[in-house]
Amino acid sequence: MNIIAGLLPATGGAVHFEGAGRPGAPLTATVFQEFALFPWRTVRGNVEFGLEELGLPAADRAERARRYLDLTELHGFEDKFPHQLSGGMRQRVGIARALAVDPAVLLMDEPFSALDAQTRTLMMEELLGIWERTRKSIAYVTHNIQEAVFMADRVIVLSRRPGRVMDVVRSGLTRPRVEAQFAEPAFVATSEHIWSLIRSQARVGPAGGAG
Amino acid sequence: MAVARGHRAPPRRLPRAPRAPAVRALALVGLVVLWELFTRLGWVPALFLPSPLGVLAELGDMARSGQLFVHVAASLERLLAGFAIGAAAGVAVGVLVGFFSLAEALGQPLIAATFPIPKIALLPLLILWLGIGEMSKVTVIALGVFFPMAINTATGVREADPLLLRAAVAFGAKRWSVIRKVIVPSALPMVFAGLKLGAGTALLLLVAAEMIGADSGIGFLVLQAGNLMETTKLMVGIVILSLLGVLSHWGLTRLERAVIPWRRT
Repeated sequence: MNIIAGLLPATGGAVHFEGAGRPGAPLTATVFQEFALFPWRTVRGNVEFGLEELGLPAADRAERARRYLDLTELHGFEDKFPHQLSGGMRQRVGIARALAVDPAVLLMDEPFSALDAQTRTLMMEELLGIWERTRKSIAYVTHNIQEAVFMADRVIVLSRRPGRVMDVVRSGLTRPRVEAQFAEPAFVATSEHIWSLIRSQARVGPAGGAG
Repeated sequence: MAVARGHRAPPRRLPRAPRAPAVRALALVGLVVLWELFTRLGWVPALFLPSPLGVLAELGDMARSGQLFVHVAASLERLLAGFAIGAAAGVAVGVLVGFFSLAEALGQPLIAATFPIPKIALLPLLILWLGIGEMSKVTVIALGVFFPMAINTATGVREADPLLLRAAVAFGAKRWSVIRKVIVPSALPMVFAGLKLGAGTALLLLVAAEMIGADSGIGFLVLQAGNLMETTKLMVGIVILSLLGVLSHWGLTRLERAVIPWRRT
């Protein structure tokens, strides 16, 4: 994740983005697992942070912030501080902040793992809805197989240390996703396939990767 | 069921919250009333301890003659100038030392070596350098405020949440932006703690400096009144000093709440 975001240099290989970078928009924007909202900024201030760094004039910032706060259903909470919000709402601010800079790829590193189980499920559906409305490419890291298969078009299974690509699995589910799809044979088959990959890893043990 | 019964048990008493401010004020009022009573009954000679009403009357007289304002204005000028200079320099140095490793390597040993010097001991030297006028007094106050400010600010800067720094960088913030938008607000609570410490030190040094070499100011007033055995006047000076202390703390607390609205109260 950090390598894609350009925060760490790659030890090998390179990161390519399909399509030329558009001027005035970054390649990536990150939604952090621990939210990482600025406590001294209001909801609107947090969403405008990336826009300030892009050098947008105030009027454009306000306009864009409003658009993405509406998209994440945070309308009416613009002037609240992060500590006044619930965990799920905080992460919606995190998503709005990342979407507002209009990145080529949205990076989400276990974005809902700090939330309780119910909120997590609701937020997953929320994110699917946001995806339907924006069609933004999202790279999403999770340790939850069901979550991965339910949310993704393609699931990239990484091995344990060293993290190498073991397989790229198509989820095979139709969009828009609905909860009933958890029962579909395609869902079950894909989940079991991924689980078997991961289980084979566990059996090799932490000492060695699959050569 | 045992579990269900457990819920029925009366909730354990929490320690009582502090009583209403009115009740707390009663302690203060009670002390003043007792003090007045003692002096009225002549148990303590007025030369040693004048009565509160006497002090109040003297305060009125000094205010009418304009004498009071001369001293208060002289003291306030020194206090505010010294405090502002010391606080500004302390915050600037604190940010540098907290953020840049070179500044830390240079500044840390210097601060550690000079911080423990009682600042009032430097006053004779400062008078030698800057003369007996306002400059030496303002400087000694500024020095007293500088150290707690610099040390607190540097600590606050270093305690900035690395996750927030990472987030800022991920959203394209450059160094100056990171300092302004993440590090400075992170350090603000510590800065205010430093300001409150500094305000106390400033008052102490003000009085000391005015006692050593001044012909105006509250410190001068207190010393001169003591020398002339004008105990009532002396008490007026003390009352004004304690008022200054209380007011500066109250003002800084109000300012802190206004500047740091995101902190839970």
